[in-house]
Amino acid sequence: MQDMAIHPVDWLVILPVVLPLLGAALLLMLREAKEAQYWMALGTVAVLLLGDIALATRIAEQGPVSMTMGNWLPPFGISFTADLVGAVFALAAAGVTLLVLVYLRLDMPDRARRDGVYPLVLLLLAGVSGSFLTGDLFNLYVWFEVMLIASLGLMVLGGRNSQLDATVKYGFLNFFATTIFLLSLGLTYGTLGTLNMADIVAKAPAADPAVMASIAALLLLAFGMKAAAFPVNAWLPASYHAPPAAVSALMAGLLTKVGVYALLRAMTMLLPASREVLEPVLVVVALGTLILGPLGAIAETNLRRALGFLVIGGIGATVTGIALNNEAGLAGAATYVLHAMLTITGLYLVAGLIEAMTGETDTRRMGGLYAAASLPSVLFFVLMLAVAGVPPFLGFWPKLLLVEGGIAGWAPNWDGWALALWVGVLVNALLTLIAGSRLWGHIFWRAGHESAENEAPNPDLRRLDRRATWLGLAPTAVLTLAVFLLGVWPEPLLGFGKQAAAGLLQSADYVAATGVAGGEP
Amino acid sequence: MELVISLSIGVLAGSGIWLLLRPRSFQVIIGLSLISYAVNLFIFSTGRLKSDAAPILETGRDIATYADPVPQALVLTAIVIGFAMTALFLVVLLASRGLTGTDHVDGRER
Repeated sequence: MQDMAIHPVDWLVILPVVLPLLGAALLLMLREAKEAQYWMALGTVAVLLLGDIALATRIAEQGPVSMTMGNWLPPFGISFTADLVGAVFALAAAGVTLLVLVYLRLDMPDRARRDGVYPLVLLLLAGVSGSFLTGDLFNLYVWFEVMLIASLGLMVLGGRNSQLDATVKYGFLNFFATTIFLLSLGLTYGTLGTLNMADIVAKAPAADPAVMASIAALLLLAFGMKAAAFPVNAWLPASYHAPPAAVSALMAGLLTKVGVYALLRAMTMLLPASREVLEPVLVVVALGTLILGPLGAIAETNLRRALGFLVIGGIGATVTGIALNNEAGLAGAATYVLHAMLTITGLYLVAGLIEAMTGETDTRRMGGLYAAASLPSVLFFVLMLAVAGVPPFLGFWPKLLLVEGGIAGWAPNWDGWALALWVGVLVNALLTLIAGSRLWGHIFWRAGHESAENEAPNPDLRRLDRRATWLGLAPTAVLTLAVFLLGVWPEPLLGFGKQAAAGLLQSADYVAATGVAGGEP
Repeated sequence: MELVISLSIGVLAGSGIWLLLRPRSFQVIIGLSLISYAVNLFIFSTGRLKSDAAPILETGRDIATYADPVPQALVLTAIVIGFAMTALFLVVLLASRGLTGTDHVDGRER
């Protein structure tokens, strides 16, 4: 036991979890007051955003911070350790949630609002922030379950048949993934006697490499399922199109990214030796995800299912960075996660507007939107280019870093894996561009429905009223603006990527912040 | 005791996986529960199996005679979370059964 007073920065580390949890509990009690509920949810997330900014600034200046519940001496007790990757991801998650909350006002049926959509969104955000900031593997499992429960709730709100069907698939596979995660936790504790991440970094090199490799393989399976990476990706396109657009934007923007983050943390920082054993698997997973994602998007005619396949393609790009495991590659993976959070959420929000205006979910029966609503078409076009990685926008820089990392891994000794990876990233960019421009052409450019006489104007277009236009377009426009600004002024982004990669590769700062191995806490 | 524990983990996991591959949602949820029981038993056993050993330290006794309390805490958390998830998920499955009129996991008979 130590008798140190609680440092203010300890509060900052735990605030992103405590605040939304308290908010969710409070909002649940205020279920009848619909207006107050909305503004309180917005206020909670706004305060949380400020807290995240303070935390990220502090970490960027002074390195990782850590606190352990109940002032236990680590590795005992549950540690919350925030390094730059986690803090910046948590910040982006809070920002995205704030914008989606604005949009949610437009998108949700009244019944869903009474059934507690705002508390569930806050609960989801608590789970996401907790996963990004926790320094304990078992605690990560708990946050995964918090996210799973909140997302199950969000998914069934509204209660249409297709939503329940999607929830069944989503639930089964994610439940199974967390069970696998739990199994690997058991193995980890049995082998190392600890679940504190910093302590694992210190103890893993001394353990039996075969056991550590099987732990890493189980973690790869569990997190790969959460992230919807290649052989275990089928649940994502089968479920993300069913709930209201705002909910699927939130889930597509945040949940798979948590899986990728956990993979990044586990493979690169916790078990680097086992990552090398698993490298061929990671390469195959990355390549399969890179290629199959956009191919699925090309073949798909349901708009939001096609976007789901684009999400999967992006997961491939981040797994590429993990497979490369050099500074440029990891910087690419970390910046790609940020980029995907902003861009994919934006795309889903525009998709919601498109579905509201055309009254359809099938791209074959959309068309003619360019003439009817030019602003959404511009937003969709910009975001689509950003997903593909076309230069003036945000998506370009992560992909550039990944290609750079691939060449850096390939050049010294003609490493065939690295060559395959950076060619894969380029092919992914090309296929994504084809898929995205095809979607854009079908929805906006073509005058009417797909048919022999598709020059006939689409008769089913609806105009949105003034309020809907504002509430719907403002959040999307903010996201698109961020995508554009970070694209033309990438210095902060690249700086973050570099620092994040360095922090993941040299975990000494992280371990020192936690204060394990007899160090002064 | 090791043999009994490993056999029961194996049987639970095996039956769970078999049920998981069935097409009915009720079978799949029972399969998931069985697998999570297997995992829970496994986590419990990672603290090494000991009988007649207390997890509370007393001064002056050999540390090797104590049971490890951490896996017990872990498994308790995992049981509670797994129980809550199963209950929540059963509600979803029941709603799906009621709305679609079938308990096939695809929401329709093939």
